Amino acid sequence: MEWFNAFIVIFASGIRLATPLILACLAGLWSERSGVVDIGLEGKILVGAFASAVGATFTGSVWMGLAAGLASTVVFSLIHGYASIDQRANQIVSGTAINMVADGLTALIGNAIWSQGGRTPQLPASAQFGAIEFPFVREISGVPIIGPIYEHLISGYDLVTYTAFLMAPLTYWALYSTRFGLRLRAVGENPAAVDTAGVSVRAIRYSAVIICGLLVGLAGIYLVLSQLSYFQPHMSAGRGFIALAALVFAKWRPWPALATCLLFGFLDALAIRLQGVELPIIGPVPVQAIEALPYILTVILLAGFIGKAIPPRASGIPYVKER
Amino acid sequence: MAGSSPAMTHNARMGVRNMGDTAPPAIELIGVDKRFGLVHANNSVNLIVERGLIHGVVGENGAGKSTLMSILYGFYEADRGEIRVNGQPVRIRSSREAISHGIGMVHQHFMLVPPLSVLENVMLGAEGGPLLSAGAGAIRKRLGELGREYGLVVDPDAIVGELSVGLQQRVEILKALVRGAEILVLDEPTAVLTPAEADQLFEMLRVLKRENKTIIFITHKLREIMNLTDRVSVMRRGEMVATFDTAKTSPPELADAMVGRKVILKVEKGPAHPGAIALEARDLVVRDDRGVARIDGVSFALREGEILGVAGVAGNGQSELLEALAGIRPLSSGEILIGGAPVPAQERNPHHERLRGVGHVPEDRHRVGLVMPFEACESAMLGFHREAVYGKGLCYSRSAIVSDAEKKMDAFDVRPRAPLLKTANFSGGNQQKIVLAREIERNPKILLVGQPTRGVDIGAIEFIHKRIVAQRDAGKAVLLVSVELDEIFALSDRIIVLCGGRITGERRPEETDAQDLGLLMAGVSERAA
Amino acid sequence: MSAPLKPLPAWADVALIPLVNVAAAFVISGFVVLAIGENPLEAVQSLVLGALGDLEGIGYTLFYATSFIFTGLSVAICFHAGLFNIGTEGQAYIGGLGAALVALHFGFLPGYSLAVAAIIGAAVFGAAFAAIPGYLQAYRDSHIVITTIMFNYIASAIMGYVLVNVLRKPGQMNAETEPFRDTALVPQFHEILAHFGVAWPVTPFNLSFLLALLCCLAVWLLIWRTRLGYEIRTVGANPTAAVYGGISPARVTVITTLLSGGLAGGVAANIILGDQHRLILEFVGGFGFVGIAVALMGRAHPVGIILAAILFGVLYQGGQALSIDMPKISRDMIVVIQGLVVLFAGALEHMFRRPVAALLARRTAQPPI
Repeated sequence: MEWFNAFIVIFASGIRLATPLILACLAGLWSERSGVVDIGLEGKILVGAFASAVGATFTGSVWMGLAAGLASTVVFSLIHGYASIDQRANQIVSGTAINMVADGLTALIGNAIWSQGGRTPQLPASAQFGAIEFPFVREISGVPIIGPIYEHLISGYDLVTYTAFLMAPLTYWALYSTRFGLRLRAVGENPAAVDTAGVSVRAIRYSAVIICGLLVGLAGIYLVLSQLSYFQPHMSAGRGFIALAALVFAKWRPWPALATCLLFGFLDALAIRLQGVELPIIGPVPVQAIEALPYILTVILLAGFIGKAIPPRASGIPYVKER
Repeated sequence: MAGSSPAMTHNARMGVRNMGDTAPPAIELIGVDKRFGLVHANNSVNLIVERGLIHGVVGENGAGKSTLMSILYGFYEADRGEIRVNGQPVRIRSSREAISHGIGMVHQHFMLVPPLSVLENVMLGAEGGPLLSAGAGAIRKRLGELGREYGLVVDPDAIVGELSVGLQQRVEILKALVRGAEILVLDEPTAVLTPAEADQLFEMLRVLKRENKTIIFITHKLREIMNLTDRVSVMRRGEMVATFDTAKTSPPELADAMVGRKVILKVEKGPAHPGAIALEARDLVVRDDRGVARIDGVSFALREGEILGVAGVAGNGQSELLEALAGIRPLSSGEILIGGAPVPAQERNPHHERLRGVGHVPEDRHRVGLVMPFEACESAMLGFHREAVYGKGLCYSRSAIVSDAEKKMDAFDVRPRAPLLKTANFSGGNQQKIVLAREIERNPKILLVGQPTRGVDIGAIEFIHKRIVAQRDAGKAVLLVSVELDEIFALSDRIIVLCGGRITGERRPEETDAQDLGLLMAGVSERAA
Repeated sequence: MSAPLKPLPAWADVALIPLVNVAAAFVISGFVVLAIGENPLEAVQSLVLGALGDLEGIGYTLFYATSFIFTGLSVAICFHAGLFNIGTEGQAYIGGLGAALVALHFGFLPGYSLAVAAIIGAAVFGAAFAAIPGYLQAYRDSHIVITTIMFNYIASAIMGYVLVNVLRKPGQMNAETEPFRDTALVPQFHEILAHFGVAWPVTPFNLSFLLALLCCLAVWLLIWRTRLGYEIRTVGANPTAAVYGGISPARVTVITTLLSGGLAGGVAANIILGDQHRLILEFVGGFGFVGIAVALMGRAHPVGIILAAILFGVLYQGGQALSIDMPKISRDMIVVIQGLVVLFAGALEHMFRRPVAALLARRTAQPPI
């Protein structure tokens, strides 16, 4: 029973840790499948987090916080989009710029308003996304095995987490069963084919970039309005980059992306559980090793025990009509 | 009706219809003008294409044909001029508008998305609704109809990237027909087809013509013009210089119009005196990234003092053969012998090949042979940059680099004589001369040459051909890979034909002709279309 | 051929457009300052005075500039090979470990050779740390941008562990090593000048600056006058042509990242050996990322890098002074400016070409009077 309870706790924790990764990863998927590489997910997570904190703090409303977070992230996405699509910039440089500006701006403004070193005030529960209880939780909780699973693993997450999990099948459906999805996939492989078919490459890429902004903004919003209840500078802690690594590992497909991010979440949760625990040969696991684990894992992933991951063919290449 | 006389051309320019038709022409381009920076791609071009005819547009590389068609298809907008479709003036600002006027285009480089299926490619842009499932059924049906009507049968669920080139082109054509194209523009469609596939294409075009579709056929191959078209217009240096009834003209007359002076289709060369075997290939097998054998058991010998031409339709292994011989691509099996001694595996790389006296003029000077952002003198060092002539010790001597480049430019008449100019700013012919100068001036024993005159103007072509023959006369062994049969015939002492990665035949140029080679180029491995 | 860039006279290409780009970054920063409720012009005044107003300020400015030259060169050399090395931050940090290990354990070395050895130690450790992502990119196709970012976090973790558990001076609360002996240190300019009887205010500005300038010269020679530099530039400009030319892009990638990491180690020389005199946590403090802005602004050329590094030195020192005068404008403002420089000088570098070309055309078209 001890094991089972531990498993439940780690599993649930893993899902919560995976949520921002899933959102950021799907955001990157939409952008990159259309041919726009987005290194700036990290910065946009910060923007979404900070703006939602500001919005919720000033209005006391979680929905205003959500709106503020989404709007701000879309603005940053459009900057990256403009640079990449219309200015044909080096998309990695553009993404790096977004990360720097976001990192500095969120800390700067936060400090300017509240003078707490960039931290925002703690939000009351009313201005956050609370846990959602599924029906009949009380009634079923007595049932062995199924009860706890229903109560802790299926029910009890917040709105953003459920949304994140819905986004994977939604993305899959949109990408493969809609006209927009077909055009977007085509733009990422051969934009000239789309152009000569009479469809605007620019419009599709901008749409993709906006969708990316909404999803990654939600990731940042989750960190504040669901998890921590306040903003802290640099709080994204590399999640935007881990999401990128997961995207490569998933070969830019929605369901594998979901699975990979879940894997990362579980491993993270497991590692936290192991903190301070004495392992047979190593002794107590040093806290820095736990901290570094997701990053080391990412490198191992990228070192390619997964074979060659072929990105969308037009990824990162600005579309220019050939003479 | 006037023949190929100035009067006919003048009338065509003035828009006088002389077939006695009452139907307006399918397409009229009047005074179309387009500049790209300093390049005057289209200079007040007039073109009249009558309905229900196959109308050829012919010209050299860079004559402006593709630009003109891109304007017709809405890819570019002309600076000046008017377009009329079926007599009505129209503005075509995008491909969508072109399609709405019934104009469909089959591009030289296919506008297909390889990972998607045929159905998805055809649907792209004409999905018939926000959800794919709605439109897919209708398009499937239409594809079936078109297959029966025109013999354009393709499996709608096949992945385009896995289809043969001929089938991919079929998908391109189906795309246009599904959108209701009445006017079909084909841009160099036979560049990637075997002669047999090209014949199939022509048959299909004739069927379309019988259905009163109008076809504009762009090519630089005069044989195809004579074979297929009813009318032919000639472009030269951005201008429309003449329009003929095909039945009343001839290849020499067309070639004359294309070039503006009498064209020398033959290079003057004496007989070959082949010597010892310089390069030998034994049972070469070269695989690509997916493990497919692009070269499947090729053996041949190349002697000093001869030019061995490798003919074949593009994509049959010629590129891989060149790359393997030059050490850029690894061999899966087989041996290469230079001067009688096999090249060990660890020395099969460009560096060691050069040390062994192998020069390589690659097929693609933009992507492989030169570094476009570099100064010309730095491109002229590529592959030889470790040599002592550029400076002993740790650092280069700039003056040595520049003077070496100047010497090369003088020897090969590269214009402008500016070693410090960016490589990208030279014309195609001069860029190619830089590559040739670099590979030849080091006095290689073996010269591997790929598509030496692709994208090169005619004056430079003559120069380059002369230099290649000169190498042969100096006792070098030359391997020439070219998709231009004229070039193969003009230069080779011996010809081998590649098809599907295998040698399907060997001939002497005196003993064969285009048709014979064409059969070899189609070869045993011809896939049923 | 793709759409050509508007042709501009050479001087406009090399000097005017970069200037306009940087100016745009500053103008927008000014708006940010306004938005926070401060006066941008006062801010600029405070900043410039703080950086250049007196010898002490200048000393600090040049001290910071020294670090930025090293990180700028580190990023720039990778740019030439077509690589985006974002890991300079972590490489410099690990370089500090190398310097500390030598300084603490190689005390038997005579005289100032210990300092030299410590600098070499920093370069070696930085190089090794950079070579891992370099190797992974070269031989396993792992995207160097993501791996170097990951390695920055890994460096933090390693150094955190080492400083807390391994190298910490016994009996001390702070996570730092014991102070290095004198012969391991890089002398500061004010000390040297004092020897000659010249009185300068105490600043951390030290001889590493000369080392940085030497590295600039060395990098220039390497990139534009040596065979290796030719190979690096060819791989960066056209890897396919490089292979054709007998150059191994994989080999060049690894060598370039080694050199890049070594240059990053120079930061450790400047800060650890030249100022702090012991190894401390997070001494790189974001300077690795400044290197990206410096390299972009300086167009990956040593001369441009020196100028850009000095500009950012002014920003950092001035920013210190500014954050005291105007507490609302915290040090994060500099990161914002840095990001805007990367945006305008890196990503949007061609945005102003058309208006500038139009402006120039109008002026030259004016009839002579």
